[in-house]
Amino acid sequence: MVRGADIVVKSLIAENSEYIFGYPGGAIMPVYDALYDYSDKIKHVLTRHEQGAIHAAQGYARVSGKVGVVLATSGPGATNLITGLADAQIDSTPLVCITGQVAAHLLGSDAFQETDVVGLSMPGTKWNIQVRRVEDIAPAIAKAFHIAKTGRPGPVLVDITKNAQIEFGEFNYVPCLNVRSYRPYQPINQDAVTAAAALIDTAERPYVLYGQGVVLAHAENELKAFLDKTGIPAACTLLGSGALPESHPNYVGKLGMHGNYAPNLLTNKCDVLIAVGMRFDDRVTGDLQRYAKQAKVIHLELDPSEIDKNVKCTVPILGDCKKSLSLLTEAVSQKSHETWLERFRELEGQEKEAVVSNDLHGTHGGLHMGEVIHLVNKFKEEDAILVTDVGQHQMIAWRYFDFKTTRTQVTSGGLGTMGFALPAALGAQLNDYKKQVICVVGDGGIQMTIQELGTIMQTKAPVKVVLLNNNYLGMVRQWQQLFFDKRYSFTELDNPDFIKIAEAYSFKARKVTEREDLEAAVAEMLVQEGPYFLEVVVEKEDNVFPMIATGCSVEEVRLS
Amino acid sequence: MNRYTILVYTENFIGILNRITIIFTRRGININALTASESRLDGIHKITIEVTVTPEQIEHLVKQIEKVVDVIKAYYFMDDEVVYQEIALYKIPIASLDPSLEKVIRQFNAHIIAAEKEFVVLEFTGHKEDTQALLEILKPFDLLEFSRSGRVAIAKPRFSVQEFLNNQT
Ligand SMILES: Cc1ncc(C[n+]2csc(CCOP(=O)(O)OP(=O)(O)O)c2C)c(N)n1
Ligand SMILES: [Mg+2]
Repeated sequence: MVRGADIVVKSLIAENSEYIFGYPGGAIMPVYDALYDYSDKIKHVLTRHEQGAIHAAQGYARVSGKVGVVLATSGPGATNLITGLADAQIDSTPLVCITGQVAAHLLGSDAFQETDVVGLSMPGTKWNIQVRRVEDIAPAIAKAFHIAKTGRPGPVLVDITKNAQIEFGEFNYVPCLNVRSYRPYQPINQDAVTAAAALIDTAERPYVLYGQGVVLAHAENELKAFLDKTGIPAACTLLGSGALPESHPNYVGKLGMHGNYAPNLLTNKCDVLIAVGMRFDDRVTGDLQRYAKQAKVIHLELDPSEIDKNVKCTVPILGDCKKSLSLLTEAVSQKSHETWLERFRELEGQEKEAVVSNDLHGTHGGLHMGEVIHLVNKFKEEDAILVTDVGQHQMIAWRYFDFKTTRTQVTSGGLGTMGFALPAALGAQLNDYKKQVICVVGDGGIQMTIQELGTIMQTKAPVKVVLLNNNYLGMVRQWQQLFFDKRYSFTELDNPDFIKIAEAYSFKARKVTEREDLEAAVAEMLVQEGPYFLEVVVEKEDNVFPMIATGCSVEEVRLS
Repeated sequence: MNRYTILVYTENFIGILNRITIIFTRRGININALTASESRLDGIHKITIEVTVTPEQIEHLVKQIEKVVDVIKAYYFMDDEVVYQEIALYKIPIASLDPSLEKVIRQFNAHIIAAEKEFVVLEFTGHKEDTQALLEILKPFDLLEFSRSGRVAIAKPRFSVQEFLNNQT
């Protein structure tokens, strides 16, 4: 017989969890006590805030493909997880969060640090449960892992009352392989594949849009094989970046509000649109009434609730896109679409001239964010991971970072959570200390979770932090400039001395204000073995273009 | 907008009702009526939801409901595809009992199911339109209280939750 708290830890070990990201407190103390005895089998990372713990777990899960594990106490510990849960839910990140809860007999009595975590987290979890008896702990954790990682992944939460943690029970871990009410994978309908292949074979201007679903399904090779055979141009969503090397001849760029010119504009010129593992987010589609109305739509998608949700499709292909893509590749004929691809290249040229060259090669005035990313590309390792926060720097880094391999981007896509990057970079780095992890963050966002510099210090994770400091909540300021008559209402920041802060956390730190110092600084950062903090002071009022303004159609993407 | 009946078959799991209702709340959709009960299958619950929405909305809602891990299966039907009933109770003061009321009771085939010193309770089962019609008629009789249940429904088209469960892969 062992204590419930030991069952918690043994269950996590049985699931081969490598890390727990957490923060202790009264209602979870028995589990922390148990952890003390298992430090050789599972590593615990003490963050500085529970939000940091869950974002770190997200970063870890996103780069590793494994389930991120989070541990927190009841009440405020648990409520601090809510942002991360919502983020992981909308970005389909597998997490198991375990929270302590007051003893079962106190439930509902407003006991100290009691909060209805199951109720609070319901909209932000794929599944959640409260466990009040020791014998229910292991089955709940087993079910939690199964649900988190299968089908469309997502966060789950297991709330365990304190009495269950201290009671004694048998430990006999049985992994969960099936939940009878839950169908994570739909069988693929061969007729749909045949119908889709017929559409693709007769299409004159077919167009592939791929998203994170490709990464989650480990279908990168299948996507490439499909594109190689069909010659169809392909564009990615924010979270799809990296699923296909950007050097691939069919790769035409990025979709969405701050994506590339051609991929947005030509969405309304294709005749068959093939969406793979993407969900037609409004940031991708712009005005739905004027989105790809001319096209027949084929949607390869795992989650039935995504079919026809935003865009009505002609042929849905439900199921794992790793399988459906290879069936589709078999069914289509070999083709090429050179003239159609040429139209993308032409428009790409226009974007280069109007936006890109200035973004990447400034000559006078303040530094542009793009110049920094351009130099990062020059010195980074091939499989370096880019972690970004939310704002202008996020869009610029995404636009210009050279994505060569899969799972090299971690960013908060669906929720747009400022403060995500720093802890997520830590989690991404812990998955592999040898990989280069480059955390690009704004002066606003870094201050939302800046305390996690302490966790980076304690874990010695060699994260490279690139702070792009424009002294503004830049993205909001850009909107104020464009849509609110330049009324810069509460977006300018009086910032601290970031270098002193970084140094206080034992980072090697350097601040660059001049163009001529930038290259050496980036080079120095990327050969540094340990953590490094590079602050680059950039032009205060630069804007991100191209842009599709809210309510506009993809055709109205503007270059300035 | 149409009136639909959604039948949801679920595991008997704490919080399942909440998980289902927040799908409606989040989208600002009002639930006309909701009834939860046992189903024909042991351990499987049946939730009957009546809602007035567009055809696109009903598709969307039912897919979202089916996405809930502990939901086994959800179906939706138009009014003519289900047999449904609602039960209504009416509390009437004794002083209001007179021959014209007797006529109403006979006409509707309603039942007096309780008689107290001060009041009687009428029971009448039917579609909402019928129980509503009786309500309007009884109001002038100094009706003291009225209560109507949510819809209980049986679908006419054949489907089998059991078969669905058996086909588990
Ligand atoms: C938690 C949170 N609060 C507010 C916002 C709204 N928001 C989006 S971008 C942005 C500005 C970000 O400023 P900064 O971190 O300096 O990045 P920049 O845009 O300047 O590169 C804000 C306030 C958000 N996305 N997340
Ligand atoms: Mg800023």
